[in-house]
Amino acid sequence: MERAITPPSKPFTPRLRELAAHRAVWPLLALALIFVVDGFVAHGFFTIRIVEGRLFGSLIDILYRAVPTGLVALGMAIVIGTKGIDLSVGSVISICGAMIAWRIHAGDSHFVILLIALATGLLCGVWNGFLVAILDIQPIIATLILMVSGRGIGLMINLIYGGTDPSFESRLLQGLSVGHLSLIPTRLILGAAIFGALWLLIRRTALGVFLEAVGGNAPAARLAGINARLVKYSAYLISGLCAAWAGVVLTADTHTSDPVSVGLYIELDAILAVVIGGGSLAGGRIYLGMTIIGTLVIQALTTSILMSGLPPEYNLVIKAVVVLIVLLLQSDNARRALFKLFGGAKR
Amino acid sequence: MRERYLPLLATIIVFVALFVTGGMLYKNFLSAQVLGDVLADNAFIIIAAIGTTFVILSGGIDLSIGSMIGFVGVVMANLDAAGWHPLVSAAIMLAFGLCFGAFQGFIIDFCEIQPFIITLAGLFMLRGGCFMVNLDSVPLRHPFVAAFADANIELPDGGYLRSSAILMLVSLAVAVVIAHFTRFGTNVYAIGGDRASAILMGVPMRRTTVMIYALGGFYSALGGVVYALYTASGYPLAGTGNELNAIASVVLGGTLLTGGVGMVAGTLFGGMILGLIATIINFNGSLNGAWIMITGGVLLFLFIVMQRFLVGSFNLRGAAESHAAETPRAAA
Repeated sequence: MERAITPPSKPFTPRLRELAAHRAVWPLLALALIFVVDGFVAHGFFTIRIVEGRLFGSLIDILYRAVPTGLVALGMAIVIGTKGIDLSVGSVISICGAMIAWRIHAGDSHFVILLIALATGLLCGVWNGFLVAILDIQPIIATLILMVSGRGIGLMINLIYGGTDPSFESRLLQGLSVGHLSLIPTRLILGAAIFGALWLLIRRTALGVFLEAVGGNAPAARLAGINARLVKYSAYLISGLCAAWAGVVLTADTHTSDPVSVGLYIELDAILAVVIGGGSLAGGRIYLGMTIIGTLVIQALTTSILMSGLPPEYNLVIKAVVVLIVLLLQSDNARRALFKLFGGAKR
Repeated sequence: MRERYLPLLATIIVFVALFVTGGMLYKNFLSAQVLGDVLADNAFIIIAAIGTTFVILSGGIDLSIGSMIGFVGVVMANLDAAGWHPLVSAAIMLAFGLCFGAFQGFIIDFCEIQPFIITLAGLFMLRGGCFMVNLDSVPLRHPFVAAFADANIELPDGGYLRSSAILMLVSLAVAVVIAHFTRFGTNVYAIGGDRASAILMGVPMRRTTVMIYALGGFYSALGGVVYALYTASGYPLAGTGNELNAIASVVLGGTLLTGGVGMVAGTLFGGMILGLIATIINFNGSLNGAWIMITGGVLLFLFIVMQRFLVGSFNLRGAAESHAAETPRAAA
């Protein structure tokens, strides 16, 4: 950000420098780098074919698999923008999945079940928002409560109807998750729609401005007449809804409710996506588009590790190294030390 | 000043109440045997939580505990298979924990990044490390391991204080000394109480932060060693989610999550409360593991709300800083 105000004293490369200062450049370069490496490693990485009336190919696969994480990451980006964090998203997914399986076994209409699942996510958001915005508990800890107990709640819901066989079939829900609408997977279309709606909310309504204002400087926002509690509350509601939709997608995908392992570690991936996308954990910035790029970087990385034949166990370590590098590059102190190390030639 | 001890008092009351409740519900619950078992079964969590207490007292958080426990176990099991003595590999892993923690602390302070995200990366890295070493459960076969598991002190009434419990109590005693009788301990409280004031008072921030996380890493590695010796195996998924248990133990133990207020000794009771809940649920037999998660969450919620209330009504953090309670605290 600071580099953007460098005076254009040098005649050469000011444009390049301006470009390098743009926040989208580095994550996009990372994504491109991953793709280029993949292109060399895997044959036909970039080919997209039509098989059985749907698009088929590695790129589509990456997009397809990135949808649940991307949804959660969008909600997370908004929460992080208010200087918060939502650790409970994995548990929300688990609870929503259990609700879906339960209500299907109870014989509800599947459209109602979809609404119930979303309402469940909203309710989780109400709970988190209550703790954070009303009781003023630190977000990490407040959402930790639901994170710890949420999977237990999911297991309990499964027990309501015996819990022996939580698998189910639902044309509507599976259509929303694994179905496709004239070549394009429905989950991609719906994901894009949700992204669009959230983008409008953040960039075209006052709420978006308030969210960033509260995250940037809560006392100042309050003095400016913003109801900071209400604004923070809304962020957790949005995050709960996003997680609920991810829960619908994941649960319908596996045709069963598995409260213990569905969406495990998804909160970490989501936070990672936000951070890679340049969102500061200090709050005040919401970059939805960048978050999607961050999600794609993570998913592309995961897919490439699988394709490259490296054991999937390397996945976690590589992710950790990537996030460390990103964080180091974001830190002023570390950047300065790096520049000093390389003779200060760059600055 | 007495308000500072209210959270700890609440913890001890809950602990005793749980123990008595268990005693009323089940025969033979109220015995030294059960107490000894709860101590031994939860020793590794409590040891790890002791280190976390320092981290939380300083206003930070450490999420890498569970992965550290798993990683230590896996490496020890593999070194055991290669013919190393468990004590040697334990010493190596303790040193590793210390260095890893110090590294995390250094990055947190040097890059001014939230501890949460750095230790999250640590969680990933160590868990990934577990999987990279091996994917299966590997037994520890050295005779020392069996000897360690058998070592105990007999308690009256037929109970045993097992070696892991003894190790836990010793490390707790060391931690109490560090927290309350060293300059480092005072610095930890100072940073957690009011960071800006601590800097102005000349508390060496970088050194203290590095030491705090090094201590946290050391204790979680020690927890891993105890876990590996206690279960006589190394399993790459061991300790998953234990960071949450450790944090819950600290919170239930009366340490304020905002830092600056709390007692290391409280963590023992916090960990024991969680252990007792699990034991009561196991005694029942008809309840399943989901109840452990839910009651843990409910207790965590109650304690956090109680802390909020106490901080709000007694100005705990202010009281910890000055005796002149009637003078309003200057805005930081």
